[in-house]
Amino acid sequence: MVPIFTAWIGQGPADPALLAHMVRHVEVAFGTKVHPWSPPGPPRHAYDPRRRQHASGAILKWILEVGPAPGARAGKFLGVTDQDLFIPILTYVFGEAQLSGAAAVVSTARLLEDVDLFGPRLLAERLAKEAVHELGHAFGLRHCATPRCVMGRSSGVRDVDEKGPVPCEECRGRLEQQEGA
Amino acid sequence: MSNERTRILVVDDEEIVRESLGGWLEKDGYFIGSAPEGATALEKIKAERWSILLVDLKMPGVDGLQVLEEAKKLQPDLAVVIMTAYATVDTAVAAMKLGAYDYLVKPFDPEELSMMMQKIVSQQVLVRENAVLRQALRKEYRFRDLVSKSPAMQSLFELARTAARSNSTILVLGESGSGKEVLARAIHQESPRAEGPFMAVSCAALTESLLESELFGHEKGAFTGAVARRKGKFEAAQGGTLFLDEVGDITPKLQLDLLRVLEERRVHRLGGNDAIDIDVRIVAATNRDLRKAVQEGKFREDLFYRLNVIPVLIPPLRQRREDIPLLVEAFVERLAYEMKKRLDGVSAEAMNALMAHDWPGNVRELRNVLERGAVVATGHVIQLPDLGMPERPGAAARPGTLASLEEVERRHVTAVLANTGFNVSQSARILGIDRVTLYNKIKKWGLSREGGGEDGGKDE
Repeated sequence: MVPIFTAWIGQGPADPALLAHMVRHVEVAFGTKVHPWSPPGPPRHAYDPRRRQHASGAILKWILEVGPAPGARAGKFLGVTDQDLFIPILTYVFGEAQLSGAAAVVSTARLLEDVDLFGPRLLAERLAKEAVHELGHAFGLRHCATPRCVMGRSSGVRDVDEKGPVPCEECRGRLEQQEGA
Repeated sequence: MSNERTRILVVDDEEIVRESLGGWLEKDGYFIGSAPEGATALEKIKAERWSILLVDLKMPGVDGLQVLEEAKKLQPDLAVVIMTAYATVDTAVAAMKLGAYDYLVKPFDPEELSMMMQKIVSQQVLVRENAVLRQALRKEYRFRDLVSKSPAMQSLFELARTAARSNSTILVLGESGSGKEVLARAIHQESPRAEGPFMAVSCAALTESLLESELFGHEKGAFTGAVARRKGKFEAAQGGTLFLDEVGDITPKLQLDLLRVLEERRVHRLGGNDAIDIDVRIVAATNRDLRKAVQEGKFREDLFYRLNVIPVLIPPLRQRREDIPLLVEAFVERLAYEMKKRLDGVSAEAMNALMAHDWPGNVRELRNVLERGAVVATGHVIQLPDLGMPERPGAAARPGTLASLEEVERRHVTAVLANTGFNVSQSARILGIDRVTLYNKIKKWGLSREGGGEDGGKDE
């Protein structure tokens, strides 16, 4: 399995506990080491003043530019942000990744619903699931209809809460196949 | 996921929309195609089959509503979703009128988009299941190459199936084009003689002497021009079935010859001395009223009884209009196969016209009309103008004709009465009203048999 690199690319301060929880889940889900990575500053250029959101497509492009250092090993690069993300056709997205590509981004902005009621643990779990989900796309997985699979489509935050933190057996099989190929 | 079979075509002049929407849907496992403008989209719809079309309303050139209209003509079952930046009631109403599935206001709520796509997919799965069931049902409606769900034809199939197993002579009666030879072939294929030959002779097409030699064969030198010995159709059909079409048209001399063969079960070639035993099942057919011909002394009574062992009457197509959609489906499928062309069916407008036509040429005429349509059609669906059907004055009111309900009702009742030969019971059944109600309407509108009806009652 190729290594995974993660970085906080939000505008507020990073929450080390939140990110550590996410990293643990990502390592379990993909069975590979997650490394920290320090990109140069947050991608402010991705901000769309009309929509008052960040374009996730622009962030993915930026990650590809600033992510893999010249001559570095291949890997998957995940940016984590506190900014609200969108793709042009949708009102918002929790995150985005290139299918079988190197870049992925995930945001906490839409995962905050009810966190004030249930505590930061809820946010940590949601973020871990969405991080695994977006990286799953980067590893070539599509949405999965198996109940509780982390690769299930999440259109709303309730969908995120309902699914589990790991890929189902079928998706894991697909990951192993790709690794072998 | 069932999404793998679902093909979505995204049509938008903005590349970023095509890319982001296509990418998002691709992760759901859908197959995604895209087109930057209407004309390209229509080309893609002509060339390939799509399940869902997501089309932007405002595009330079061919706009979304035009794409919707054309796409629905090309593929009526395509689910078209209109994408628009500003939702106005007018555009929504216009889109729905043209057959759009729904519309989405840009940017979409991901939950709304996701749910809409899932709803379309599950509906299309139901439609597919329905088609499979219909196909299975069609097998029930089938007797070899004949399809029908009308009760009259169903009992005819039953009779033909039973008769096929016997060796008895069958007399098929029916108007020209109603499928007499098709039925004869079906009977042959269902019979224990199916492995044997099926020979067909059109008795009306040949002169007496030619038909004589065609049926019985001749020895060399039997007549001028008989340069070699030739077997007749009776001999050629040995062990199989001989179909004598237009048997009501043969001359008195041949009627006698044929009677002898049927009685003795042996033939003599012209100019030959030896009798040849024949083992042939006869299926004869005619569109004439043979009983009347017997009464008038034009057809031998003894031959009539020899032929009329098991009479089978094929009702004309206008008396079993419920079969038209079934026949259209079967013919279009066969034409598509023969022409190696993708054909999904006929448009609703074309089907209405096919249902309204009186079909004097029966199933053959229907097939010819559809064949023309299949050749002329530019898309996958045969449109009304492709059929080249003549406009009929005084035909049932077409949509858009301005007439009162009573006027439409009067015209329809008149047409049904004319079709049944003023048979009130049958007409009442077709119209779904009781006879008294029909009598009252006839009285009220002063309808009479002279209104163009044929002589009734001869069919039974």
